[in-house]
Amino acid sequence: MNRNNLSVYIYELAWILPSIAIPVSMLVAIALSAFAMGIHLPGPEGRLDPARLDSTPPFDKPGVRQVGPGRYEAVVIGQIWRFTPNEIRVPAGSEVTFIATSRDVVHGFKIQDSPVNMMLIPGQVSRLSARFDRPGEYLLVCHEYCGTGHHVMFGKVIVEPSGQGGSR
Amino acid sequence: MREAVPALGLENRLAAYYIAIGLLALAVGGLMGLLQALQHSGINLYPYLYPVLASYYHGLTYHGVLMVLVWTTFFISGFLIFVATHSFGRPLASPSLGKFTFGLMVVGLLLAVWPIATNDATVLFTFYPPMRAHPAFYIGLTMVVVGTWLILLNLVLTYRQWRAENPGVRTPLPAFMAVVTLAMWFIASLGVALEMLAILIPFSLGLTSGADPLLARTLFWFTGHPIVYFWLLPAYISWYTMIPKQAGGKLFSDPLARVSFLLFLFLSTPVGLHHQFTDPGVGELWKFLQAIFTFGVFFPSLLTFFNVVASVELGGRARGGRGWLGWIPRLPWSDPSFTAQALGMVLFAFGGIGGLVNASYNVNLVVHNTMWVVGHFHLTVGSGVTLTFMGILYWLVPYLTGRALWSRPLGLVQPWLWLVGMGLMSFAQHWLGLLDMPRRTMVGSAAYLPLRPDWQALLPLVGIGGVILFTSGLLFFVNIVMTWVAGRRPARVEVPVAEALHGPETGPVVLDRWRPWLTVALALIIFAYGPVLAMLVASAAFNVPGVRVW
Repeated sequence: MNRNNLSVYIYELAWILPSIAIPVSMLVAIALSAFAMGIHLPGPEGRLDPARLDSTPPFDKPGVRQVGPGRYEAVVIGQIWRFTPNEIRVPAGSEVTFIATSRDVVHGFKIQDSPVNMMLIPGQVSRLSARFDRPGEYLLVCHEYCGTGHHVMFGKVIVEPSGQGGSR
Repeated sequence: MREAVPALGLENRLAAYYIAIGLLALAVGGLMGLLQALQHSGINLYPYLYPVLASYYHGLTYHGVLMVLVWTTFFISGFLIFVATHSFGRPLASPSLGKFTFGLMVVGLLLAVWPIATNDATVLFTFYPPMRAHPAFYIGLTMVVVGTWLILLNLVLTYRQWRAENPGVRTPLPAFMAVVTLAMWFIASLGVALEMLAILIPFSLGLTSGADPLLARTLFWFTGHPIVYFWLLPAYISWYTMIPKQAGGKLFSDPLARVSFLLFLFLSTPVGLHHQFTDPGVGELWKFLQAIFTFGVFFPSLLTFFNVVASVELGGRARGGRGWLGWIPRLPWSDPSFTAQALGMVLFAFGGIGGLVNASYNVNLVVHNTMWVVGHFHLTVGSGVTLTFMGILYWLVPYLTGRALWSRPLGLVQPWLWLVGMGLMSFAQHWLGLLDMPRRTMVGSAAYLPLRPDWQALLPLVGIGGVILFTSGLLFFVNIVMTWVAGRRPARVEVPVAEALHGPETGPVVLDRWRPWLTVALALIIFAYGPVLAMLVASAAFNVPGVRVW
């Protein structure tokens, strides 16, 4: 091997090693943050028939219910071009589990300033939880194209100052 | 030596025809993009365009299909045929198959575009069921995909002829890369082919009572992520095997370039689930596994970054550059082809870094399906790839027509305008995405826009960036069309072919074998996708009826 080739090898190595180390360390950071902070993604929840939502619990009764102290469940149906319910009221400091599906085509479900971001797929149930500490109105939008009325499909999560209480 | 291949008349003509169709798609798609950018910034031209465009989403379907399916695929088909045959120094093994393939792809394209034109396929380029478009849309797109497989077949046959005459010689790098690109794409496109044949075509013909939307999405994204490497690798072919020559240098390391392409061959596909992190019905374990592979496929791009920048630096130093950064101003910034591609690389680097956010299992929750993603892919396919293809055309069109580029100054202004326009637009889009603004949405008319003054403050930047970008595109087209119809001066262009500082013979022979790498590719796909697909197929229910929601 001549000196020219040797220096090429050295330069290559000086680049290759950090090129492995950088993605690996990022991945470790992601794994630690995801699992240590308990951040979850939607997963398998079983199938349902979107034509029979009105007789399939929990989607036969969409709405918000308290399931424990400071803990709520919001059952939401996405359909062209609205969310049912389109207002979800919880007191500040609540942990809310969103359980949602679609009645027709694929919809999106993203809540402002929160880690709640999921797809609503007909036949599947999407579930994610988040804690809402700061009172205010949080915009809920459909972020997947669902037809010509896609841009009017939205809702709100209204976090009320605690003490006023009240789910609806 | 490659100039002396007079027998490549058919190959050059095929390249020219494929690329002309791609350019037509880019022109119409670009016009649609301008309308979208203006709509976002409050200038709504759609009411004046009815019924040519029945809705914002009708135009958006044109934009997505023409840009990422037609412009890319047709340019790439022509370019890879050109690169491989010139690099092997021999014509296609089967000229008649080459012509048939072109005819098949054109008929497929017309079949797919016709229902879009009549507003019967306003399903965007992702065509997620249970939205149901006209059957011709799915059948036509399938024919285009089959056409790309036939190009692979023809190039493999050509490779075998070349190999029979050149035993023991390393495959020429550009031809090697062209075949790897098409082989990777063949494996990757099996997902969407299966989606079309088993789900969408019978569903659109009314032969099944419904679709399984999750299974269809999973098959779509099996192809939908690696398709970005099908767009990107042809740009890398230019960066590795042509740009070093255009910059006045040499390719730094030929074996490292081959390693990076082989890594793409087997890491491109087992990563598609990172587009489905937020989908229900797919387990977190499989999502995380594919997140790992997605970070793995970042590695060959880092190798490319190093190798290409080192090669360009060799050029800058050979042209008299000194010091740490002194080689940069010495680069051939007066050459439109080099400038367009170098600026494409700059924008692409930012796109690649943003892509790491999208690939991050949990951080993705912040940006999934927001405008962030739109900003991201306008930097990657919309700049890294498209500016590179434009840069290639600045020498390839003169080469194919025999006429010198109509205006060099125009060709120099164009990429810089693109940099400014795309910089502004994608910066605003990334930011809007962090502020939760959804993608694929007629935002200027959104019912909730009045609730978001923070969006309203940034949206004009999308319009301004879009107008600058459109102007840049217009300059490009004027230059290309004028070269073609009004070029007077004869072109003195050669196909740029870079020599390597560290040549192919310094790498191990295994880099020139096919079977081991294809085996690794299949094993990784079975490992990462096998259980997921088996579970989805076992629980499949084709019970969601098709609807027309436009």
